[in-house]
Amino acid sequence: MNAHVAAADHGSHDHHGPGKGLMRWITTTNHKDIGTLYLVFSATMFAIGGLFAIVIRSELLEPGMQIVDPYFFNEMTTMHGLVMIFGVIMPSFVGLANWMLPIMVGAPDMALPRLNNFSFWILPFAFILLLSTFFMPGGAPASGWTMYAPLVEQTGMAFPFMIFAIHLMGISSVAGAINVIATILNMRTPSMRLMKMPMFVWSWLITAFLLIAVMPILAGAVTMLLMDKYFGTSFFNAAGGGDPVLYQHVFWFFGHPEVYIMILPAFGIISEIVPTFARKALFGYSSMVYALASIAFLSFIVWAHHMFTVGMPLSAEIFFMFATMLIAIPTGIKIFNWVGTMWRGSMTFETPMLFALAFIVLFTIGGLSGVMLAIVPADFQYQDTYFVVAHFHYVLVTGALFSIIAAIYYWLPKWTGHMYSEFWGKTHFWLSTIFVNVLFFPMHFLGLAGMPRRTADYALQFTDMNQIVSIGAFAFGASQLIFLGIIIASIRGRKNATSQVWDGAKGLEWTLSSPPPYHSFETAPEVE
Amino acid sequence: MSISKLQRALLAIFGLGLALASGAANADSAFNLPVGVTPISHEVYALHMRTFWICVGIAVVVFGVMLISIVLHRKSRGYKAAHFHEHVWVEIAWTIAPAIILIVMAVPAVGVLVHMEDYSKPDMSIKVTGYQWMWNYDYVDNGVSFYSKLAEDSNRARVLDSKVSPFSVKHYIRDVDHPLVVPTGRKVRLLITSGDVIHSWWVPDFGGKTDAIPGYVNQMWIKVEKPGTYRGQCAELCGRGHAFMPIVVVAKTPEEFRKWVKANGGHLRHAPETGGATINRKRQPAPNAAQPKPPTIPPENGKSGTDQARTTR
Repeated sequence: MNAHVAAADHGSHDHHGPGKGLMRWITTTNHKDIGTLYLVFSATMFAIGGLFAIVIRSELLEPGMQIVDPYFFNEMTTMHGLVMIFGVIMPSFVGLANWMLPIMVGAPDMALPRLNNFSFWILPFAFILLLSTFFMPGGAPASGWTMYAPLVEQTGMAFPFMIFAIHLMGISSVAGAINVIATILNMRTPSMRLMKMPMFVWSWLITAFLLIAVMPILAGAVTMLLMDKYFGTSFFNAAGGGDPVLYQHVFWFFGHPEVYIMILPAFGIISEIVPTFARKALFGYSSMVYALASIAFLSFIVWAHHMFTVGMPLSAEIFFMFATMLIAIPTGIKIFNWVGTMWRGSMTFETPMLFALAFIVLFTIGGLSGVMLAIVPADFQYQDTYFVVAHFHYVLVTGALFSIIAAIYYWLPKWTGHMYSEFWGKTHFWLSTIFVNVLFFPMHFLGLAGMPRRTADYALQFTDMNQIVSIGAFAFGASQLIFLGIIIASIRGRKNATSQVWDGAKGLEWTLSSPPPYHSFETAPEVE
Repeated sequence: MSISKLQRALLAIFGLGLALASGAANADSAFNLPVGVTPISHEVYALHMRTFWICVGIAVVVFGVMLISIVLHRKSRGYKAAHFHEHVWVEIAWTIAPAIILIVMAVPAVGVLVHMEDYSKPDMSIKVTGYQWMWNYDYVDNGVSFYSKLAEDSNRARVLDSKVSPFSVKHYIRDVDHPLVVPTGRKVRLLITSGDVIHSWWVPDFGGKTDAIPGYVNQMWIKVEKPGTYRGQCAELCGRGHAFMPIVVVAKTPEEFRKWVKANGGHLRHAPETGGATINRKRQPAPNAAQPKPPTIPPENGKSGTDQARTTR
């Protein structure tokens, strides 16, 4: 067809497959192998971060200190946050991008395969570094994943290691994002116009730009902390003319776009799954794209809503309140469009669809509590309570994590070539969905009734609700073992998947065999 | 013991249903914000409930349409998929409608915010300083100053493996040795700052929290309407003792308050009119920002509560 295809052909004249043994995984430049590595890494980190959550909920099962020291409790909340955000949600989205983007845009591989290998292999070292701080004098970081100055400067030996680990994670994310952008813009099959791209591809393209924009800001914030502690600067030290609140401004200028980095790919996934199982095209494709772009833009001008209580000028409080509420409009459009896609469709309810529907309902609940949090005077009550904990777990667990689970069920037959057990998938779905609500819904009440977050102990009136939450946590954690079993069974499975897998599925990934060939598309496919 | 725990859990689940059935709007429930005892807390409560019901309304509509679709438009009922995939007017409608709803929600909030930020003409001022892990209260107009930290019985029970059941302690970790005492019906301005890391001063009954930031002074004002004891705690993670940094405020009638000031060696004087010198911005650099004052030894038991080394600078 053209030079693009010729180049792809040239690269694959010898039909070599994957290498052998351990070296296959260490030296691989194949997008599917690296995608698998990312997903396995995230699953491992999910187990570790989940373990931290279990420690937290065990200590909070009863008032009084029974299991751990309050300082260790703070280490648990801090590391739970860092591991779940940087070790689970972000890498698993990158893993999904690695697996699916080249296939969805009709490319043989990612644009920069060696960089791809590099950005993955940084991560295990970053997290070994971060987790090793548990064995250092002074213990692991214990100032919350937000690492607020000046508290974070009381961290022991772990302090520089935490900062170096964050730098490594940032390098990995930026490299991954560059690769995503290069792949989407340069490797796309020539007949696929931008406004014909699958929604998952669109969501990742926008996410990648967000990553490149804000990861260096986080790096800057933690480097300023490092300078304050070891090089005598006073960025965040009032005694030296600095301002502790400056840290919060810089951190949340990274932190709010980061929130969307963790949810935009989820929007993309849901926009793939709902049309497949409703057997009807996505409603409002172009408004979906514009909504993604507006959410990404607005994410840069709302950061201060994370810190209304630090004492801002009245005008700033009003500006950030209205800017924050604006985000509800494009987010609402996305939710309405999914419902519009379902409307008068011909729906079936396989496991990926069930998780996608749970996502729409539960993410909406998280979005609505987000609207409540945007109301500044009320936020003075909600801020730093379990109401906030409930809010962001609804958007991150029943939002981001549920979308990742849905995506794995959706594409697992494509990856492994075997169907998973629908019975066990549905069992996993119902247990997860019931217990995730037992886990997080009562947190709304706890927060409103006055329980602050990040406390190792609580007053007696919060006992009942905390026990319900803990029971939900243990059951939700245990339910995920079923998921592990389903994935292993699917890898070793017997029931072969067709290349179409789902009868309503549309898109290039379903034209390839299950599992797809090692160099996905060796010739550029035609779209429509 | 474990049976009683189970009973408590069941009771809580039952209570949850009850609260939802009765509208979850009961005053001082274990499920909702307190209505509180200051003008601000009433306004915040009203704002919160208003926003909450609007959100419930939105959820009912969205989930209702979804549910109808899930029930009717399924393949197992032989439903054939339609072919539409856009509709300009519907899309415009569901862009504009949320925008209007959001404005309806946010505009009243601005009024409350302006009221909150009106620090003019306070009747008295109290400087509140957070330390790891206690509060210092300094009655600027009366010459009374003291530290307030976790009550001794809670402090004994909260230690790991203490063998003291928290259930045997009254107001477990929500009790202090010396509560803050304020007069009712007076506009009390709190000047909030910190001597080490960031803390946050929060009594839910007063309608909100304000961060205590080292080197800067934040303000909030309260006007407690009825005498009583109001409890809260530090709301910003401040290290190992974060959970054990309660706030107790006792509101007394102005009469009783004067007696309390005298009994504690303070002097009474009329608060100077501060009309012209109103501080407009909430955050102001503290005059002594260059040298954060180390906590002085509390007079009561001669022992500083900070057992963690401060960062050296």
